[in-house]
Amino acid sequence: MGYTLNFAAVWRSFDQLLEGLLLSLGLAFVSILIGAAIGLLVAFALISKSGWIKRPAAAYVTVIRNLPILVLVLFAYFALPQMGVRLGKIESFIAVLSIYSGAYLAEVFRAGLLSIPKGLTEAGLAIGLTPLQIRVSIIAPLMFRNVLPSLSSTVISLFKDTSLAAAIAVPELTFEARKINVESFRVIETWIVASGLYVVTCSVLAALMRVAERRLAVPR
Amino acid sequence: MSKVLLEIQGLRKQYGIVEVLKGVDCTMQEGEVISIIGSSGSGKTTMLRCINMLEEFQGGHIRLEGEEIGYEHSGSSRRRKSEKDIARQRALTGMAFQQFNLFPHMTAAQNVMLGLVKVKKMARDAARTVAEKWLDRVGLASRADHYPGQLSGGQQQRVAIARAIAMSPRLMLFDEVTSALDPELVGEVLQVIKGLAADGMSMLLVTHEMRFAYEVSSRVIFMNQGVICEEGDPKEMFVAPKTERLAEFLKTSSFN
Repeated sequence: MGYTLNFAAVWRSFDQLLEGLLLSLGLAFVSILIGAAIGLLVAFALISKSGWIKRPAAAYVTVIRNLPILVLVLFAYFALPQMGVRLGKIESFIAVLSIYSGAYLAEVFRAGLLSIPKGLTEAGLAIGLTPLQIRVSIIAPLMFRNVLPSLSSTVISLFKDTSLAAAIAVPELTFEARKINVESFRVIETWIVASGLYVVTCSVLAALMRVAERRLAVPR
Repeated sequence: MSKVLLEIQGLRKQYGIVEVLKGVDCTMQEGEVISIIGSSGSGKTTMLRCINMLEEFQGGHIRLEGEEIGYEHSGSSRRRKSEKDIARQRALTGMAFQQFNLFPHMTAAQNVMLGLVKVKKMARDAARTVAEKWLDRVGLASRADHYPGQLSGGQQQRVAIARAIAMSPRLMLFDEVTSALDPELVGEVLQVIKGLAADGMSMLLVTHEMRFAYEVSSRVIFMNQGVICEEGDPKEMFVAPKTERLAEFLKTSSFN
């Protein structure tokens, strides 16, 4: 095959790709932050003794985890407006990814909560802390440290899910790459560069999470 | 004239159909040091944990300085007090645990400060001063900024005692605090407890250290199968047990 790789067209539009990457990172950051808040609340609900708290939380996790995220993205953007909920492209995608990451993070956090010795809660109760204070000052900080290794892969996976925003024309990395592909006909080059950007970004994310893990480790 | 600190009346506790406490009665004066002894499964730890509501109980009354602990009684029915009320009541007692239960992500000083800041609403630097005072008292002033993972078992237990005592509880509860320690570390912890006893702190100790119970207690309670089987002055009880059960228990225990 006599194909010669020529990246010139891709480099000319590289700024567009970088802008797309920045938006991808922004979408992931905001959604994961909201998702982590949801996930933390849901995780505590999942380990609650009360069925009235536990059941809705379990239902949320089950439904969301059994739906392809693309279906959620399309549902939120195309079906919800018909039901009177009209959101912009970006808002709609952030809402979806937040709810989606909430369900995954809830499971990660739940596992982390279960690994915390009961004695620590009792020690907190014994000095007169309320259950809420114990969660905030003792259980949640320890849980975060426990789950950092598995949190890392979840965060990376959620970052990659931002590429699905291309389906509703959010101008993130994948969408920008497709645009360049269509305009330049440099199919192979475009997708090689876009893939490279994803790989590099994910590696940096993973490295950052490892640094956090080391920094936050309980000294011994 | 000493006054009554703790009153336990007809305390009953069951797990499912298993009755662990079958009506325990006990009165404790201010400043008393009472050791609770007995074989495992006799209910001694459970009784201790009922006093600060780490265990719910199904019958009877516990009163600390006249205040009903844990439950609101009206006529023959009763209701668990609010979480906030129970938290306030728990702060009236301090507890040290067999497994220390220090918060591993906090330094020794932060462990002691947490309750002072969150429960007593003390300013951080005031809390730090109190924490340093108590860490010094248990001989760990130089370890204030060490994490639990960097301390020996005996040191961890001393921090745990400082954490409880810094809250100025009316009553200290010790739940087998030396059972998880290597033998050579037991002495330093017992020394701290002896010091507190000498200061007049009211204490209830569940212990397997018979020699220690003999030396520090003003009174000893021997529990067996969920009831108090015998109680009295350790000098008499250990030398001339009145019940067959206690005589047997002492024979198999480390005291001789």
